[in-house]
Amino acid sequence: MSDKQMQTEEQTSKAIEGQPKSSASEPKHGKTVAKLLFVVVGMFGFGFALVPLYEVFCEITGINGKTNDEAAVYVPIDVDTSRTITVDFITRTNTGMPWEFEAQTKRVEVNPGEMAQVSFYVKNPASRDIIAQAIPSVTPGTAALYVNKTECFCFKHQPLKAGDEAVMPMTFYIDPQLPDNISFFTLQYTLYDITANADASEVVAMSNAPNIINANN
Amino acid sequence: MSTATDTVNTNPDSHGHDSHDDHHHHIPKGLMRWVLTTNHKDIGTLYLWFAFIMFLVGGAMAMVIRAELFQPGLQIVEPNFFNQMTTVHGLIMVFGAVMPAFTGLANWLIPMMIGAPDMALPRMNNWSFWILPFAFLILLSSLFVEGGGPAFGWTFYAPLSTTYSGDSTALFVFSVHIMGISSIMGAINVIVTIFNMRAPGMTYMKMPLFVWTWLITAFLLIAVMPVLAGVVTMVLTDKYFGTSFFDAAGGGDPVLFQHIFWFFGHPEVYIMILPAFGIISQIVPTFSRKKLFGYASMVYATASIALLSFIVWAHHMFTTGMPVFAEMFFMIATMIIAVPTGVKVFNWVATMWRGSISFEIPMLFAIAFIILFTIGGLSGLMLAITPVDFQYHDTYFVVAHFHYVLVTGAVFSIMAAVYYWLPKWTGRMFDITLAKWHFWCSLISVNVLFFPMHFVGLAGMPRRIPDYALQFADFNKWISVGGFAFGLSQLIFLALVIKACRKKGEKVSSQVWEGAEGLEWEIPSPAPYHTFDTPPTVK
Amino acid sequence: MKFLQTAFGALLLSTPIMSLAQSASERSNINLRPGVTDISQQVFGLHMMMFWICVAIAVIVFGVMFYAMIKHRKSAGAKPANFHENVKVEIAWTVVPFLILIAMAVPAASTLLDMEDVSKPDLTVLVTGSQWKWHYKYMDNDVEFFSTLATQPEQIRNKFTKSENYLLEVDRPLVIPTGKKVRFLITSDDVIHSWWVPDFAVKKDANPGFINEAWTNVNEPGVYRGQCAELCGKDHGFMPVVVIAMEPEEYEAWIVEQEAIAQRAREEEQRLLAMNMSMEELMTTGKQVYDSVCAACHMPNGEGLAGVFPAIKGSAIATGDDLNPHIDIIVYGKAGTAMQSFAKQLTMSEIAAVITYQRNAWGNNTGDMVQAKDINAVMNGE
Repeated sequence: MSDKQMQTEEQTSKAIEGQPKSSASEPKHGKTVAKLLFVVVGMFGFGFALVPLYEVFCEITGINGKTNDEAAVYVPIDVDTSRTITVDFITRTNTGMPWEFEAQTKRVEVNPGEMAQVSFYVKNPASRDIIAQAIPSVTPGTAALYVNKTECFCFKHQPLKAGDEAVMPMTFYIDPQLPDNISFFTLQYTLYDITANADASEVVAMSNAPNIINANN
Repeated sequence: MSTATDTVNTNPDSHGHDSHDDHHHHIPKGLMRWVLTTNHKDIGTLYLWFAFIMFLVGGAMAMVIRAELFQPGLQIVEPNFFNQMTTVHGLIMVFGAVMPAFTGLANWLIPMMIGAPDMALPRMNNWSFWILPFAFLILLSSLFVEGGGPAFGWTFYAPLSTTYSGDSTALFVFSVHIMGISSIMGAINVIVTIFNMRAPGMTYMKMPLFVWTWLITAFLLIAVMPVLAGVVTMVLTDKYFGTSFFDAAGGGDPVLFQHIFWFFGHPEVYIMILPAFGIISQIVPTFSRKKLFGYASMVYATASIALLSFIVWAHHMFTTGMPVFAEMFFMIATMIIAVPTGVKVFNWVATMWRGSISFEIPMLFAIAFIILFTIGGLSGLMLAITPVDFQYHDTYFVVAHFHYVLVTGAVFSIMAAVYYWLPKWTGRMFDITLAKWHFWCSLISVNVLFFPMHFVGLAGMPRRIPDYALQFADFNKWISVGGFAFGLSQLIFLALVIKACRKKGEKVSSQVWEGAEGLEWEIPSPAPYHTFDTPPTVK
Repeated sequence: MKFLQTAFGALLLSTPIMSLAQSASERSNINLRPGVTDISQQVFGLHMMMFWICVAIAVIVFGVMFYAMIKHRKSAGAKPANFHENVKVEIAWTVVPFLILIAMAVPAASTLLDMEDVSKPDLTVLVTGSQWKWHYKYMDNDVEFFSTLATQPEQIRNKFTKSENYLLEVDRPLVIPTGKKVRFLITSDDVIHSWWVPDFAVKKDANPGFINEAWTNVNEPGVYRGQCAELCGKDHGFMPVVVIAMEPEEYEAWIVEQEAIAQRAREEEQRLLAMNMSMEELMTTGKQVYDSVCAACHMPNGEGLAGVFPAIKGSAIATGDDLNPHIDIIVYGKAGTAMQSFAKQLTMSEIAAVITYQRNAWGNNTGDMVQAKDINAVMNGE
């Protein structure tokens, strides 16, 4: 084995051990590599930054039709009686979610700026306690920007003991800024069983709670 | 090419020798030479062979797909395995064949074209190649996991790839990570080499276009491969670690996956075509015996295509339900890309115009590239039109489109490049008769294969289906026949390359092709193991 | 000019293609179909316009190129010229394509805006995709049903001759009235699907947890067929869409009839609750239901597909002492898997039968019998 070959081997094994990648005799390379690695790391981060950026973008444009997941504060505004907006409600449960879930009012007609309340009936017919999360979706997506919910069961997890039933309220008003061409929209809630992912404390709290049947029907 | 490379002060010991060795450098022999090599030419060869093997493996999967689709009904494979074939075929062709082939060409050619002795970071170069076979071993081994390999398409849309995918997903994610690391290292190497190791006088605007297009490609790679790494990581954590980036139940959104994926995916498309533009821009002037028309506009066009590629991603997602202003924006941005792409095609035609054209094998492939890539480009323009895209989306029309740009585009350019530079690498002319057979068989069969896909797509055949309605049967038969013929034609290429590597054929001069210009044509053929130890001076 | 002659020659050569494309009538095998709505016809017009512009561009570019290849070839003695730039020409071929693009973008944008009509629909249908079937729910009537592939498995397996609408036929098509604006709300229960009817030029993704919308207004009565257009797993190729468009009066009669049928089915189900089926009845019905609904994934022998679809044969759920997990998984499905809720797809007696079958077939000899009332008890939490 010649010296040269040994040297090559040495160099390679060094590289494999993660030694500095550029040789010391080429500091220029080191600098360029450092800059490029900075770009690489930055772009890796950017990939993840796209997640919150997308959320913000959706909040501004209503792209994915999600409504705000925090309660709006009702500011008394003039009710625009010149037009009525029809809102349809659709309720769905995800696969594996045994709850019965129904909108007690399937359609409301409201003036923009007017407060409206709708109630949703849920029942857990299963033999186990379940924590649910409702996910809203509005179509057309732009309408989502103008739905202001002051109270909604979708803001937080909803626990229900085996066999319990409940009525969950949702109060909202429509921003009078709603574009003129929108005269109706649909709001869908999908219920997911998130018991497996919920905090242990929530599960404990649920199982300790007394069975209360507070349905009013 | 407008570089003034008339005078070259080449290292004396690389002159005049026809041997592979030059006298003061010893080349290690045997397998360890290849495992330990840090020589850009060796690594280039490794990349090219690897890409070719992967091309045959991915091609074999395409043959399975075409065999199943030869006639309606399920006869050869089960739908679940069919989906694995389409998925792995796509992944292998994109990450295992086209991209490594371009990296191999970059390794071989960039140092020789800019008068550098080697790539800037030779040991990293070794690494970036040798992790690649492991990535693909992992990917291929996932096919043997219980439940099979990835079956969610190479685009791995969530939640099919997260909640609903099989146990092999972790292997898929791991292998994509390794591919990404390999590409990023390769790209860094290219950029550092071009930035720091150009021969004196080799200014940026004198660089051959292949170097230019690769420089821009390398920037695209370091910009978007990390995003791909990010999105597969999210898939991994969504599937195994309980995050919900893409799961509505936890507040995520599956459409977000598509946004991130295509933010990587669209520049990726240009990663696979910009070096091809470079290759064609080298070959067309040589065989037209005329300088490349509009060198500067070629550079600017390439750069603008690269920049535009970052703002068009959502044209892959028109049917996901976007607001109309977004659809309008992405439609128009996409259409604008046609302008710089058109400039390139016009420049090539203008280069040929009033040249003195001869039709050697590389030129045949280059001409086929220009025509067939343009067809793919025009169908791409049709796809950009949002209202009509609702009809085209996810049909065989799309399959036809991207195979025209990737097979008769990228792959044909790679073949053109191999034929163009192979005599330089081996010192011998390849078997021209075999090459002609390869060209004409490929050209005819590739069109029998992909052209009817436009028709079945327009008539309504969705992509990624293992069985289809009877009205698509006739064309699918032809498509399959074309597919088998195209697959077999590549075996001619394999035979030719093996023959060339075994040093059969006539010896060639250092210039090889009358009309070839550039530093790589001024060193002897075959190119000595070490070139430009003393940098040449470019005037 | 010689160049013009060449270009013209190339155009003439392309005439067979031209006539081919123009003769492409409604059910073309080589082209988009014009469809049966105003929008789909606009889209078709756009498509043809784009096609001809692309053909023209190709003819001109390739014409010039072939002219150069023939006239300026070395073997014909051509000597190379020495030019390699021309600012005027380069500006021209940057600006002209821009103008062509604007000419394309204007009609495209106008069609896009026409598609974006948010006026009130006459009728709304909720379309839900799941692996691998569609569910339709009429929002204004009490009618909902699943729509699954009607082609027999034997045709797919090449045992029977394939019928005319092979893979494009369903057991229960969606029915809509003509001349009315029908809105589709589109969503999914599991992975992403895409609801596509080419004749309406409607293709919209069904995203799980989110709701999308599309609309159509069909001009002509007829049967319109489409397919799922987004890879959604194993049987992506086997979930067609069939829509029947009827005259409004016919449609009204149909929907009233469907409501009545649904009502009768509910009464029948109540009646069956009180009845017990014999083991033999349960096993016969159970096998039928199993073969048509379960066997696609769990295989006719109950062994499933290793690593993808679990076996029922010998499984803990199907052989365990507690019946409830077995009933639960069939009634509600299992989140994050292809195992969906069958509460709406099957009647209680069918569910009871199939559970009985699964617990007693292939050596799962538990001897258990499940009756419709047991299912009812689980579903209503009694």
